[in-house]
Amino acid sequence: MNSPIKAKHQRLVLVLVALAALIGAGLLAAWALRSQASYFYLPAEMAANPPEVGRAVRLGGMVEAGSIKRDTDGVTIRFVITDGKARVPVRFKGIVPDLFKENSGAVAEGKRGADGVFVADNLLAKHDEKYVPREMKDMTAGQARQTVEETK
Amino acid sequence: MIATLGLAALWLAAALAALQLLGGFLALRSPENPLAMAVRPIAVVQGGLVAVAMICLVVVFCQTDLSVLLVAMNSHSAKPLLYKFAGAWGNHEGSMLLWVTIMAMAGGFVALVERRLPEPTILATLAAQAFVSLGFYAFLLFASNPFTRLDPVPVEGQGLNPLLQDPGLAFHPPTLYIGYVGLSIAFSFAVGALLTRAVSPTFARAMRPWVLGAWIFLTLGITFGSYWAYYELGWGGWWFWDPVENASLMPWLAATALLHSVSVLAARNALRAWTVMLGVVAFSMSMVGTFLVRSGILISVHAFAVDPTRGQFILALLAINIGAALTIFALRAATVTEGERFALTSREGALVFNNVMLTGALGIVLIGTLYPLVAETMGAQVSVGPPYFNPATAIFVLPMLVVLAIGPLLRWRRDSMGRIGKLLLAPLALGVVALGLFALQPIHLLPLLGLGLAAALVVATLIPLWGRNLRTLKLPTWGMVMAHFGVALALAGMASDSAFTSEKLVAANVGDKVELGPWSITFDRVEPVPGPNWTALEATLHASYAGGEPIELKPQARAFWSPPQPTTESALATRWNGQLYTVLGEQAEDGRWQLRLWWKPFVTLIWLGGMLVALGGFLALLGRVASDLRRLVAIDKIAYRRTRQGR
Repeated sequence: MNSPIKAKHQRLVLVLVALAALIGAGLLAAWALRSQASYFYLPAEMAANPPEVGRAVRLGGMVEAGSIKRDTDGVTIRFVITDGKARVPVRFKGIVPDLFKENSGAVAEGKRGADGVFVADNLLAKHDEKYVPREMKDMTAGQARQTVEETK
Repeated sequence: MIATLGLAALWLAAALAALQLLGGFLALRSPENPLAMAVRPIAVVQGGLVAVAMICLVVVFCQTDLSVLLVAMNSHSAKPLLYKFAGAWGNHEGSMLLWVTIMAMAGGFVALVERRLPEPTILATLAAQAFVSLGFYAFLLFASNPFTRLDPVPVEGQGLNPLLQDPGLAFHPPTLYIGYVGLSIAFSFAVGALLTRAVSPTFARAMRPWVLGAWIFLTLGITFGSYWAYYELGWGGWWFWDPVENASLMPWLAATALLHSVSVLAARNALRAWTVMLGVVAFSMSMVGTFLVRSGILISVHAFAVDPTRGQFILALLAINIGAALTIFALRAATVTEGERFALTSREGALVFNNVMLTGALGIVLIGTLYPLVAETMGAQVSVGPPYFNPATAIFVLPMLVVLAIGPLLRWRRDSMGRIGKLLLAPLALGVVALGLFALQPIHLLPLLGLGLAAALVVATLIPLWGRNLRTLKLPTWGMVMAHFGVALALAGMASDSAFTSEKLVAANVGDKVELGPWSITFDRVEPVPGPNWTALEATLHASYAGGEPIELKPQARAFWSPPQPTTESALATRWNGQLYTVLGEQAEDGRWQLRLWWKPFVTLIWLGGMLVALGGFLALLGRVASDLRRLVAIDKIAYRRTRQGR
């Protein structure tokens, strides 16, 4: 295609190329999102319908009171995330976020291990009133309701 | 008093914007209309008035005038002056005022200096600019008034988010906003040219400096924001595919495409409708970004307040502006005549490829950013991160970078690969050798491809200088070469960071020694240090590279007291070949401290490359503006001689 294409056809060709690229991008995105988007789980959902081992997901809930334990290496911590219905043990190696503490909400990003322990690559905790992980906004409200019902 | 002045200036400016829209609209019918003649002065005055309002806001912040609600909510008398000053835009209302200020001042600037295009086109452009501005004035005055008063006056303000208390706040938002909003000029030019049927190479030459300028600031803003996030958040990463980062990347991708297509239109009178379309898309992406960040549907350090009505307001603005522009485009696209023809193997062909790939990458980022929001309305909570974005964008960006090596060597209109094949042998060989060398090491596919491509590009991007007389080479050419070389460097930095970073997380006692790659790091002490509005625990580390002179590093764990919030302050040691990144964690029950250390070879090339890209853009802009000025002076001289001869 070294000779200039006819003018009329050229515009058509360009439009088709652009459309093809956009449709390609759309299809690629749809396919990649199906396999790569990481879904959010509450502990009860994870217990009822666990994700495949090794698939990237997020797990959110309350850090159970008295559950935070530090391994002897000094940098690995183990704790339990709960929503009052189910408990999921979590392992995390790293520096915990500043406001990560027991009886407080947290979101763990990571994968479920074969042994049922959730291995977190990253922890998100409430940062301040203005910066809460998206999932935790509703979650804490839900939990507040739940707590109210439990104490009735 | 000052707050009242600011509000008055804002209302006046809004009224002038309405007048500007009316005048521009009347000019479409009869250019001799007196109001049409007043459009340019109105635009200039409007820009000046908003600047007054912005200055008023900065002043009330610097004075900590707590009778202003915004100041009481976001400032504190004990805050250092720099953050009082920059805190003026470290919140929702202030940042929207900054947005409107830049928009109106850009419009005023166009009105003042732009003389190349036919007058009706300029007036239509200014009307379009006023139309967009009016929406944001309404948003500001009715839904986010920065000058709302507070009675009774509180004793003390609530302070600024500590993560924002960094010198970066003084530069990052204004830079990025000039870029975002500068694209509104491209948008208005596109609409103005469509309305007056004036899509031509002259139009492209008039639009190009504005696109270039906006793009330079966007590039700087993104580069700087990335470095800020890198050292401030303490996670050792420089890009997180956070929706807010994507919100700045999307306009940049569109602006980069526009920048290249506008060059084709200016030089070759081709890609006419496409360039106009990109002008609309680029600013639409800015508005999508604003919607994402300002609506409160995202929760991040950038999203200052959660108020659903604001989100709806911006969404409505977005729909009206984009809808109106696309309608005009649909109605007038048929009148944009076919551009000049070109062969597939030509400079134009390469630039079309660049445009298509950038648009594809833009689509990938847009879909990935919006998908969680769409999924949430359907009841699923999803997050999309690097496992999606990295490979999906690479599919478009890597081929584009291959063509980046070839395109600048091709001639306009028609060329053959045979002519330039020889020139590309050296970079090709270098790339293959690099690929072969690094393939022996355990590196993932994407960084490996990145390293090979970067090695080839570092040479290939300099070939356009080969055999040219460097003293007479034009500034825009220098700019292009420098920007492309910057892309190669940035790619090398990104690939090197993902391929070679070594990381260590340890629990260490004071006096311990940690080895990390070529570094040997001694943990000397931890002591408390006071700051103006925080206290911190500060570790002192001594790091020595390959047995050399030790460098002192002082990472901190800070506790701010208004608002009460802890932050980590990383400490960096920069060498020519990379950075050592250190973070102090918490103290364990047994007295050991957590230390997180990264050795990131050549990571600094990312930002150096970004700066070079922006600098290249600046050289090109300088060259274009200088030649425009020379041409104007020449035209004036001819006109002057003619009038004298006529007399």
